[in-house]
Amino acid sequence: MNLFNHTPILILAVPLLTAFLIPIIGKINKKTTGILATLALGLSLIMTIVLAAKVLSVGPQVYVFGEKSSLLTLPSGLKFPIRIMFQIDAMGIFMGLITALVSFLGAVYSLAFLDNKDKIDSYYSLLLLLTVSMFGMEFTGDLFNFFVFLEIASMASVSLICYRGADLGEPVEAGFKYMVVSSISALMVLFAVGIFYGEYDVLNIAAIASVVKYSQLDKIALGILVSVLAMKAGAVPMHMWTPDAYSEAPAPITMILVAASQASLYAIFRIVFSMYNITLNTLAVGWIIIILGLLSMFIGVTMAIIQKDIKRLMAYHAISQTGYMLLGVGVGLAVLANPEALKDYGITAMEGGIFHIMNHAMYKGLLFLTAGALFFRTGTRDLNKMGGLAHYMKYTTIFFIIGAAAIAGLPPFNGFASKLLIYESVYKFNPLLSIIAMVVSILTLASFVKVFHSAFLGPKLPQFKEVKEVPRSMVFAMAVLSCIIIFFGLFPDLIVKNLVHPAVMSLIEQLQYTGTVLGGM
Amino acid sequence: MIGNFPYFAVILLIGCGIYILMFQKNLIKLAIGINLIENGINLFLITLGYRKGAIAPIYTQAPSGQAMVLPTPQALTLTSIVIGVATSALILSMAMMIYKHYGTIEVNEVRRLRG
Repeated sequence: MNLFNHTPILILAVPLLTAFLIPIIGKINKKTTGILATLALGLSLIMTIVLAAKVLSVGPQVYVFGEKSSLLTLPSGLKFPIRIMFQIDAMGIFMGLITALVSFLGAVYSLAFLDNKDKIDSYYSLLLLLTVSMFGMEFTGDLFNFFVFLEIASMASVSLICYRGADLGEPVEAGFKYMVVSSISALMVLFAVGIFYGEYDVLNIAAIASVVKYSQLDKIALGILVSVLAMKAGAVPMHMWTPDAYSEAPAPITMILVAASQASLYAIFRIVFSMYNITLNTLAVGWIIIILGLLSMFIGVTMAIIQKDIKRLMAYHAISQTGYMLLGVGVGLAVLANPEALKDYGITAMEGGIFHIMNHAMYKGLLFLTAGALFFRTGTRDLNKMGGLAHYMKYTTIFFIIGAAAIAGLPPFNGFASKLLIYESVYKFNPLLSIIAMVVSILTLASFVKVFHSAFLGPKLPQFKEVKEVPRSMVFAMAVLSCIIIFFGLFPDLIVKNLVHPAVMSLIEQLQYTGTVLGGM
Repeated sequence: MIGNFPYFAVILLIGCGIYILMFQKNLIKLAIGINLIENGINLFLITLGYRKGAIAPIYTQAPSGQAMVLPTPQALTLTSIVIGVATSALILSMAMMIYKHYGTIEVNEVRRLRG
């Protein structure tokens, strides 16, 4: 038995088993639960990196459950896969790396951040479950399995949003909204799964991809899947839950929720590219995604400017940044059927969009963590009540400047690298789109200048005399994210060539994904 | 025509659920709406696997040559029912907590988060 072959399942199994172990250990000693959860997530981060090295050097990996060999996708005599399997290609592992990193840092940050020590074991248990479900959504090759992980993700995240609900009403209100939205979207995903099963008798994504015809029923299923997953990702017409949920959850959870929304975004890309690919009307669907992206970008940022609550403001920016990803990938989809345009600017646009997913997870995570640090020391999220905090919290100020510069797309931070890729390539597709994207970027900078000015600058305020720098574990998590942001900003070529380009190619070339299951037919 | 009857029931259930979610103001009623949609979808899955005159898919006890209904949709439905129970429990407990903090479960009055 070679443990290396089992890394895909171990990445999920370690946090999952720890999640159920933690309540038992919490009965004996509450304090160790945090360290245990951090260790489990650290282990799964290391295994994700090992798996990433394998996927990027050898090619897509499959892991079949319940078979004698974990690589046996087609049992003898069968033309279609019947077992549940994980299918990890460059795109899946790209998202997996984001999830692993963000959840590990979230757990480290939580070590000092949590004030209510009685419920700490349930907090870590749910955090691990949320991580497991995100990994599952990104790795699975089976549509029904995806639905199950989607439901686990929504239940775990709802409970975490309501974490402070015992004393306050607002978190429960936000959690209820999120619960209604996510249970409707999960049920509609199940409906679409039913349509596919009724039509083709298979549930495996690759197997559906090999037979999909883009009939009337397939169009209905595509419409349902794209709209409900866009709702889970927080794209604009369905964004009403995002600011509430993001602002009421504890700061490290908000960071992980951003990554969970991106897992839904990943599912849209997976379904559109790997399952339908060029069978669908790429121009029409591409434009729908572009328009969703434009609306998210513009409405998100205009709503953000008027906010006074720091986390609510950042949540609207999260909506706005999701728009960039949809824009980049939507342009790639619109020219998918046109090989020349795809080579000329389509691939670059998609690289920009996909690279932006990772960059966004890093800098938006950092910004939410700094907001959490401010809340941790001052006890308020209202920008009007803050001021002069740069005198007391030097590290947090520096981290905030890095995050704000990255989100506004200033060089040499990572936001600049991905936004430049998007501007250049989208300009060739349609100049107007590129101009709107730049205007949104300027508005983003404007609103973060406002936050910086009202929270950090100004004279020392008497009510914050007691405020000092946050504890070490919180500084550590923020410092790691800042280092990654600067590293990505200084060497974007390295990341794009080794990590982002393979991910984009595995989306565009459908055979790369289906071939691993169906034997390159 | 008569064979399509379950699908009309599916549409009716999901339609009722969506109507409740859109126009009702009571949090408990919203939970009922979600449950109705879920039941509609479970019925849809079960109907997909139904074959006329077929028996339950228990392989060891079936007489040879007899057609069986499809087992996969039943497995899917079972999983979906279990998840549905958890969702309902969570959503109702949250309605309870909202009542504790706000003193009401009317949607119009549970509105501290806005803007």
